[in-house]
Amino acid sequence: MKQFQYMRPSAQQAAIAAIAKDTTAKFIAGGSNLLDLMKRNVMQPERLIDITRLPLKDITENNNILKIGALALNSSVADNPMVVEKYPLLSQALNAGASAQLRNMATVGGNLMQRTRCPYFYDTAMPCNKRNPGSGCGALKGYNRMHAIFGASQHCIAVNPSDMNVALVALDAVVHVAGPKGLRMVPIQDFHRLPGDQPENDTTLHKNELITEVTIPYHPFSHVHYLKIRDRASYAFALVSVAVALQLDGKKIIQARLAMGGVAHKPWRLSAAEQALIGNPVALETFERVAAIAMQGAKGYGDNDFKLELGPKSIVEALRMASGI
Amino acid sequence: MENNENHNSRRDFLKKTGLVTAVALTPPIARSAADKKYDERFAEAIENVSCTIEINGKSQSFKLDPRVTLLDLLRERLALTGTKKGCDYGQCGACTVHVDGVRVNSCLTLAVMTDGKKVTTIEGLADGEQLHPMQAAFIKHDGFQCGYCTPGQIMSAVACVREGHADSDDEIREYMSGNICRCGAYPNIVAAIREAKMGGQTI
Repeated sequence: MKQFQYMRPSAQQAAIAAIAKDTTAKFIAGGSNLLDLMKRNVMQPERLIDITRLPLKDITENNNILKIGALALNSSVADNPMVVEKYPLLSQALNAGASAQLRNMATVGGNLMQRTRCPYFYDTAMPCNKRNPGSGCGALKGYNRMHAIFGASQHCIAVNPSDMNVALVALDAVVHVAGPKGLRMVPIQDFHRLPGDQPENDTTLHKNELITEVTIPYHPFSHVHYLKIRDRASYAFALVSVAVALQLDGKKIIQARLAMGGVAHKPWRLSAAEQALIGNPVALETFERVAAIAMQGAKGYGDNDFKLELGPKSIVEALRMASGI
Repeated sequence: MENNENHNSRRDFLKKTGLVTAVALTPPIARSAADKKYDERFAEAIENVSCTIEINGKSQSFKLDPRVTLLDLLRERLALTGTKKGCDYGQCGACTVHVDGVRVNSCLTLAVMTDGKKVTTIEGLADGEQLHPMQAAFIKHDGFQCGYCTPGQIMSAVACVREGHADSDDEIREYMSGNICRCGAYPNIVAAIREAKMGGQTI
C-alpha cells in the first residue's frame, strides 16, 4: 500500500474543505472496499479523510420520508425495526450483500460509492479504462461472465456490484450531498452513470462533495422481494438480482417497481416493464410477458450470454416470490 | 479542523528537527525525502499518528503509520497471534475481532481508525483458564480440523449469537457465511453454535 496522510475532521465543513483542496484525497468510512483496493494499488490516495466521527449515522422517519445518515452501517439499516417493517425491500437487499462482518463495517454512503468487482479493474497488470483511462477494456473480449448486458459501451462492460443500490433505485431514493457551494439532492437514478466514454466515473458525485444522507419516500407496497442469484448460497456478488415492489388491489397490480442488479454499470430500473405490470392481474402470463419487455435491448458478450436467459427467469421468479403465486 | 493526532505528530516532528518550514511540507515531499534517505526519522515523524486503543481490557497507546491494519497491529506489534491472517482482503473471516462489541474484519480496518475504541480478540474471550462457552462448544463438537480459521469462527459465532442471528441452522449458516473453513468443518461449527446458543450460558 502506498503511503498516505491520515486526518480525522470532527465537522462536516472541515471534511469538505479538506477534500476540496486536495484532489488526490479520499474519504474513508467503513474502508471495506477502499482499503481492499489500496492494498492492491488499484486506488492510491495521497490522503485519507476519516469521516467516521461525523454525526451522520441516524436513521429517522418524518412525514413518511425515511432519512438514513450516510454513515449508518449497512447492518444498522438492515436490522432497523422501522426499515424492516416499512421498507423491507431495502432490508432484504442489504442482508443479501457481503458478510455479517462487512455489513458491520460498510456504510450506506460507502455502499453507494462501491467500485466494480470486474477482475480487470482489480488486476493492475491488465488493461482497464476504469482504472487507467485509455488502456482499453480487458473484459470486452476477455473473461466476462460477471459483466453487463445492459447499457455497456465499447470502453467498459463492468457492473455495479451493490445490492443496496438495486433496492434504492426501485424505491426512488434520493442522495443528498454537500459541497463547498452547499447542498444538492440527486435522484438515485441520476447518481450512478453508464460508462459511455468515461468509465472512470462511476457516479455523478463531484470530487469535492460528501454524501450526507439518503432519503426514501414511503409507499405502501404490500408485496416485495429481493432475489439474488449467485455462485454460492451466501457471500458472493450477484450474477443477476431483481428487486420487486408491488401494491396489489386483490389480484390486480396497481403500483409496481422493478429493478435489476448485476446487469449494468448502474442499478438498472425497468420502467417499461413496471408500466406493463400496472393494471394487470398477478399471473404467470403477466410476469413472463413483462420479463420479455424488461430484457429488450439486452446484449451478451460471450461468457455472460447466460444472463440473457437467467435475467428473464429471475424476473419471473422474483415477481412470483413477491406476489406469492 | 484536523484531529489532535495530526497536530501531535507535527509537533513531535518539530521537536525532533527544529525546522519550522516542516509544517508546510506535504507527504509526497516527505516521502521523497525518505526515498532519498535524507532523513528517515523526518518522514516517520510527520506520517505517524497517535492513538489509544483498549485491547482485551487494557488501554494501550501507539504511534502508528496509518497504513497499519488492526490485524497487523495485533499480530506484529502485540504478539496477539490468535487472530489469523487468511486472505488479508476481507474474503475469509479468519481475522474477525470485535470492535466496540461488533464483529469486523481486522484486515480491512486501519488501526488508527479504532482510536478510542475497545477491541476484543480471541485471547480476550476466555475468563482466565475458564474457556468461553463458545470455545468449549467448538471443542466438544470438533468444530475444526486444522484450526486456522477457528479464532475467527469463534469470534464471529459469539457475535452471531449476541446479535440474535442464531435462531435456526439456516440462519446460523447465513450469518456465518463470512467465515470460510477450507477443511469443511461447517456441520460441526453449526452444531457448536447451536449448542452454545441453547446451552443457557451467557454468550
